[in-house]
Amino acid sequence: MPQDHLVTAKELSRDDIEAILDRAVEIADDPSAFRERHADTLLALCFFEPSTRTKMSFDAAAKRLGGETVDMGSVESSSVKKGESLADTMRVVEGYADAIVLRHPSEGSAKMASEFVDVPLINAGDGAGHHPSQTLLDLFTIRESAGLDDLTIGIMGDLKYGRTVHSLSTALTNFDARQHFISPESLRLPRSVRYDLHEAGAQVREHTDLEAILPELDVLYVTRIQRERFPDENEYRKVAGEYQIDAETLDDAKADLSIMHPLPRVDEIAPDIDETTHANYFEQAHNGVPVRMALLDRLL
Amino acid sequence: MSDTELRVSKIRNGTVIDHVTGGQALNVLTILDIDGSAGEQVSVGMNVPSGRLGRKDVVKVEDRELSQSEVDVLSLIAPEATINIIRDYEVVEKLRVERPDVVTGILACPNTNCITSGSEPVESRFEVLPDGVRCEYCGTIVREQIAEHIESQ
Ligand SMILES: [Zn+2]
Repeated sequence: MPQDHLVTAKELSRDDIEAILDRAVEIADDPSAFRERHADTLLALCFFEPSTRTKMSFDAAAKRLGGETVDMGSVESSSVKKGESLADTMRVVEGYADAIVLRHPSEGSAKMASEFVDVPLINAGDGAGHHPSQTLLDLFTIRESAGLDDLTIGIMGDLKYGRTVHSLSTALTNFDARQHFISPESLRLPRSVRYDLHEAGAQVREHTDLEAILPELDVLYVTRIQRERFPDENEYRKVAGEYQIDAETLDDAKADLSIMHPLPRVDEIAPDIDETTHANYFEQAHNGVPVRMALLDRLL
Repeated sequence: MSDTELRVSKIRNGTVIDHVTGGQALNVLTILDIDGSAGEQVSVGMNVPSGRLGRKDVVKVEDRELSQSEVDVLSLIAPEATINIIRDYEVVEKLRVERPDVVTGILACPNTNCITSGSEPVESRFEVLPDGVRCEYCGTIVREQIAEHIESQ
């Protein structure tokens, strides 16, 4: 991390990632040891798009570190409604807080915002772009269940618009990971992400169905296929069913296959998986707090 | 005097941009922000026969000497272009376009959801790749028909 922002996963080196994950373990063990240092720090939560979980997770992380948060509130009630630019909002908020967490519907918004402020800025999702703090908790979860080296991971669902996927696949190029992408043809990884993976020399394969590759996987990362991405309801129904899994689907999987999902899920993971040892998505969500504490500890 | 030279008359002082990819002359003018409104005389020859390129365009701008950095962005649409600076009918300097690392404020990002496509106070910025350009904000890569993305002035 060359500067004090976290905009995309591309700026995270292997050393950065390992340092943050190690710190997250320490913090989870003894949060009180870090509280002194962060008492009186103030984190601004600027969510231009609704996201209860990510926002709560940052809020909890800041408060567990002994700090406070200020919340922009909903877009409807803010000056954005009056037509203020994001650049101006960021320059105002910079004066209020020690760091900014930004979620915004436009791709590149966090990159632009980071150019206008001197306090650390964390991208908590920019449109279909990136979501690097999610990636850190994903990596934490993967490391706990399967390790980050000699890893075979399947990433399935909406790979085109799935910002968590874009950040995760980019970060995984730092490790010895074989990445298998499973999606309908129309929701393949965007050209820009494939370009980065190719540049990084990643071991990547693309598939349209899960079946053939499932037995090799240590981790299966599932994302939601969004109905609104399809102009035609029939097109949606045709593909969506193909990317739903249940306990029976996993008959051919490794016994210790870990199933992950950035949540919320709709129907892509059947509830009968919840009770199996494969289910790791709630654990993954819980990891958000210590990992974000570690990230704040590093940036603040 | 060759046919080509007859079609586009000689200029006394200014810049001649030669060996422009056929059909790209008007895009060259857009990139260089030349529309004649500053009073400069501009002559354009389009699709004139060329030994090297088959068909080429030629642009002559009177009373304006382009700088190296101004012409470098032409490499995106006219990689073979040569630039002659003319003083008193004589070529005093020859420039070749070089691919810049980054072009700023020239191309519009084709991603309508990109932050540079809205009303934010930010200029577009593209990294120049070996075979295209890439938006530094949203990451979108453009490889084909780059000229279509030149920002209208
Ligand atoms: Zn863009």
